[in-house]
Amino acid sequence: MEVVAAVWRSPTGRVGLILAVLLVCGALLAPLLPLWPPNRIDVAARLSPPSAVHWLGTDHLGRDLLSRCLFGARVALGLSLTVTGLAMVVGTVIGVGMAYAPRWAERAGLVVFDLIGAYPTVILALALVAIFGPGVNNLLVLITLVFVPQFGRIARAQTMSLRHRPFLEAEITLGASPARILFHHVLPNVLGPVIVLASMNIPFVITLEAGLSFLGFGIRPPLASWGSTLYDGFIYLDQSAWPAVTAGVALSLATLAFTLLGESLQGYLDPLRRSRA
Amino acid sequence: MIRYVAWQAATMVAVLIGAIALLVVLTEFIPGDAASVLLGSRATPASIAALRSEMGLDLPVYQRIAMFVFNAARGDLGTDVISGRDIASQVFAVVPNTLVLAFSAILLAALVGVPIGVHAAARPDGFFDRLTAYISVGLISTPSFVIGILLLLVFSVRLGWTPVLGGGEGQGLLARLHHLILPALAIACGWVGYIARQIRASLLDVLGQDYIRTARAYGLPNRTIRYRYALKIAIIPVLSVLGIGIGDIIGKSVFVEIIFNRPGIGSLINESLQNRNYPVVQAGVLVVVFLFVAINAAIDIVFAWLDPRIRERLFRAESA
Repeated sequence: MEVVAAVWRSPTGRVGLILAVLLVCGALLAPLLPLWPPNRIDVAARLSPPSAVHWLGTDHLGRDLLSRCLFGARVALGLSLTVTGLAMVVGTVIGVGMAYAPRWAERAGLVVFDLIGAYPTVILALALVAIFGPGVNNLLVLITLVFVPQFGRIARAQTMSLRHRPFLEAEITLGASPARILFHHVLPNVLGPVIVLASMNIPFVITLEAGLSFLGFGIRPPLASWGSTLYDGFIYLDQSAWPAVTAGVALSLATLAFTLLGESLQGYLDPLRRSRA
Repeated sequence: MIRYVAWQAATMVAVLIGAIALLVVLTEFIPGDAASVLLGSRATPASIAALRSEMGLDLPVYQRIAMFVFNAARGDLGTDVISGRDIASQVFAVVPNTLVLAFSAILLAALVGVPIGVHAAARPDGFFDRLTAYISVGLISTPSFVIGILLLLVFSVRLGWTPVLGGGEGQGLLARLHHLILPALAIACGWVGYIARQIRASLLDVLGQDYIRTARAYGLPNRTIRYRYALKIAIIPVLSVLGIGIGDIIGKSVFVEIIFNRPGIGSLINESLQNRNYPVVQAGVLVVVFLFVAINAAIDIVFAWLDPRIRERLFRAESA
């Protein structure tokens, strides 16, 4: 609650929070709302502009764009939140583990991280998804894999910098168990930067999913995805601008919401800034 | 300094060999294998076997990695089985297009972003600062392919000011520039916001330093202090971020090249992926990794050259 209050106090955080809550609600409630079914094809009304019947118009198959946008939000938000959460947990466990692992294991882990880091993120994700095939489950695993090193690196660095702090050495001398050290001292101190990274990661994953779906390597049709709607809209751009604009705006609002949220969260969680305030 | 450059070069070679190994291992996971996927429905057991041995797929993985590394070192990236053309020449034919796109995008972003950042830092929390802060966040969070499509919609489809498609191949310099504007702008937009914010933050930091106060005390005009002295120092952290940014820009170029139908490394990789032509994908990705790693190494070297502390730190950490 304290975090929400802090985010709410900053004007940008407030905008981000409102947008994010609206998006999440829209995504969660989409099946309950009186919308057109997202996959209902109505060729007679294809590429129609907004009207009383279709509030945001229709795509090239006459599917309702408002409905597809809200159902697309389910995919985009569900995937990005899950991927970020998974990458955060796996990366933190590996990172903290590496800091305590024997030197050779730590070195080996760093080499693997560097190797993954040598690929531009989009290119790596694209190659992986193209090889292992599209679909929600594959995307989930593969994108998580791409982001684990970032979390691992930061968790390792944070643990390393903690390990030889006087307060921890004092605690060890006083006979604290390794479990107490780990859960009571190391993890809480590692989590701050990790959560900041996670919050900055969400808009990135949303964009990545949309990008992969745009190229046809992401979400499989007919499941609604902003990226594939954007691509279809791009193909029919000379006939109707509505599909591309709708999907583009939905996508941009989502990334904007989580960017703003991430930034105000960063301002709050960054221990340096907080102690200065 | 020589030691530092040598160390960077060695790291680069190691990373590239690692990248090749990863690429070769990954192709092991292609359902079926690269050869039968290439042949598609025309495949017969005999033709698959022939192609497999031609592509070296019948060799053990470590031998294929060694072969790939050895060939790549000589600039041989294999032969495209579909077109029968040399893969390296295909890749290198399009790489300059992507580099031109990437560098014009950075240049554009810097030309617009730096003055905005400097101006915003002049009056922190003033009207201009707030306005540009909002615009910057908006630009940063709009994906490049959305910006690209919107630009295409407004300037090409509706207004007809710029050509819809292509890179202006085989035409004059002016025509090529004309084709370059929108794609470069699509990539640059996010970076304008980013650079403006970075410059602002970094400049505010520098302007608080003692030597700036001294310069003020000497009575130097504010403009001179800001642009001549402070900016020179404030720009360093921004430059260092550009190294990582190259990866981002190459990633964006995939989408932008597709949207504007420009030849380039991004559209080549995408096209080969769509055709399941994995050898070309491998070569394309390898070249991307090479560019990414090489540009980052070059930036690191420039920094080490500018700032001796950086290269000393590296070797102290090594010996410690």
